[in-house]
Amino acid sequence: MKFSGKALKLGDNINTDLIIPGKYLHLEDPVELAQHVLEGLDGDFVKTYQKGDILVVGKNFGSGSSREQAALALKYAGVQTMIGTSFARIFFRNANNQGIYLFESQEAVNDIESADWIDIDSSTWTISNTTKKRQYNLQPLPEFLLAILENGGLVPYLRQKEKTKI
Amino acid sequence: MGQTISEKIFSRASGKEVFANEFVEASVDCAMSHDNSLQIMKILQKLGVSHLAQPQNIVIILDHRSPAPSEHVAANHQFIRAGVRQFRIPHFFDIGEGVCHQLLVEKGFVKPGMLIVGSDSHTTTYGALGALGTGIGVTDMAAVWMTGKLWFKVPESIRITITGSLPDHVYAKDLILFIIGKKGADGANYNACEFYGDIFADMSLDSRLCIANQSMEMGVKAALIPPQERDAASFCFADTDATYVESIEYDISHLEPQVACPDQVDKVRPVSEVTDVSINQAVIGSCTNGRIEDIQQAARIVKGNTVADHVRLLIIPASRAIYLEAIRRGYLQTLVKAKATILNPGCGPCLGLHQGVLAEDECAISTTNRNFKGRMGSLASSVYLASPATVAASALKGSIADPRESMK
Repeated sequence: MKFSGKALKLGDNINTDLIIPGKYLHLEDPVELAQHVLEGLDGDFVKTYQKGDILVVGKNFGSGSSREQAALALKYAGVQTMIGTSFARIFFRNANNQGIYLFESQEAVNDIESADWIDIDSSTWTISNTTKKRQYNLQPLPEFLLAILENGGLVPYLRQKEKTKI
Repeated sequence: MGQTISEKIFSRASGKEVFANEFVEASVDCAMSHDNSLQIMKILQKLGVSHLAQPQNIVIILDHRSPAPSEHVAANHQFIRAGVRQFRIPHFFDIGEGVCHQLLVEKGFVKPGMLIVGSDSHTTTYGALGALGTGIGVTDMAAVWMTGKLWFKVPESIRITITGSLPDHVYAKDLILFIIGKKGADGANYNACEFYGDIFADMSLDSRLCIANQSMEMGVKAALIPPQERDAASFCFADTDATYVESIEYDISHLEPQVACPDQVDKVRPVSEVTDVSINQAVIGSCTNGRIEDIQQAARIVKGNTVADHVRLLIIPASRAIYLEAIRRGYLQTLVKAKATILNPGCGPCLGLHQGVLAEDECAISTTNRNFKGRMGSLASSVYLASPATVAASALKGSIADPRESMK
């Protein structure tokens, strides 16, 4: 999979309460959820973020509650991929299950600045920073995770598996 | 080659000998979900699934918004009750029974060495009984309901040894907040923590549950306190030559009461450094500290006193059984006389949904497990975390107080 987009940098320890505050958890429409994404961090985030921008985050992104609405809100706001120092474990699973590609690279996070143009290629496992003319290597994801991601998440993946059974 | 507790539990659950960093498909012994069963049921309906692999292993508890605070939530609860019948799920606990993590333990679903998943991050609680409990999201849970299995990465483990014993008026909550302060909010991300030390030999189950629950706030996948009964199955204990990614020792002989300051659980200070912060609300309850010994600590401190005029003291017993026991022992009478408000068993105001939401610029001290920005209501409110004794002492004084002073 290949991604291209403008970097938007955020900090460390952004928890799921900041990504989607508890008071919105009753919203079932993901489009409505997306209107409040990262509202706890920055009330203007939805105005700043443009669909396809690549979020570049610090350590422990998505820590806290297991609420999958955090991944869902990001997805419906247009987030397809993120680069981070580290992702909290439940968020990592939830994002995969929603088909959001997460890449961990301390080097990339240190180097990339907001508005840098970023290309990610998961066939060569590299991130290219076109603005700074730099490249960063990635650790490949396990095959079964890639299969889930390539199908667009766990639900479509399971559907696909059911179909091939028949 | 020796194995950690996690390696042993995942070996048993996946049917082959595995070690840290291996990926496994493991059979889940018990699957817990709460109000978010709604989303799980909707995912399965979307997939056209009507037959579940092992409905007898599924437990559903309504606790997060209970009783329903709005028509919308009432409709959601109604949907879940219908789903419970439709999917033939035998273990369902409706509103008022208690907080999920307390009920699962109290009703006997948790046994040493089990692999338990919950669609709630504080599923780590079950490590207090030597079970590997870990949180997952609703899509993962839908897969568990369908197949009875889930993929996992076997975690690396951190060995934490506690030496010394807790000083007077210092509790399990202080101990675990202290450790989180040292390790940091991501200090154990992806790892399992195993806890050792003589202190655990005679520590109450209530205190062990508090430690395993609160440990989530350093990112743990599981927090395991080996069973104290030495006759438990061998897969509940680590081998002496098991490999740990880190071994740490903490001496707690001189530990002060601890307070986690806004807006991160790892911003931990000794209470003496934060006394005099004025508070509007004091909360004693939750899956972390709403058990009988917690209510006892609070009752002891407020006995014969009255809560400060500008403070709302909320008490939430973590289950119906705890509620009844607190009535029987007279704790609730003491607390109500001191002008506390008693709420029904459930999650209460912990996640800012109902029953004690904070307004702008308000401040709470709470025994719950998170103090994130906006956690209990307004984004401009703040939450401090502490033991039930510290919270009760603060409710009397009207500002953060040292429980050792109130007990003089």
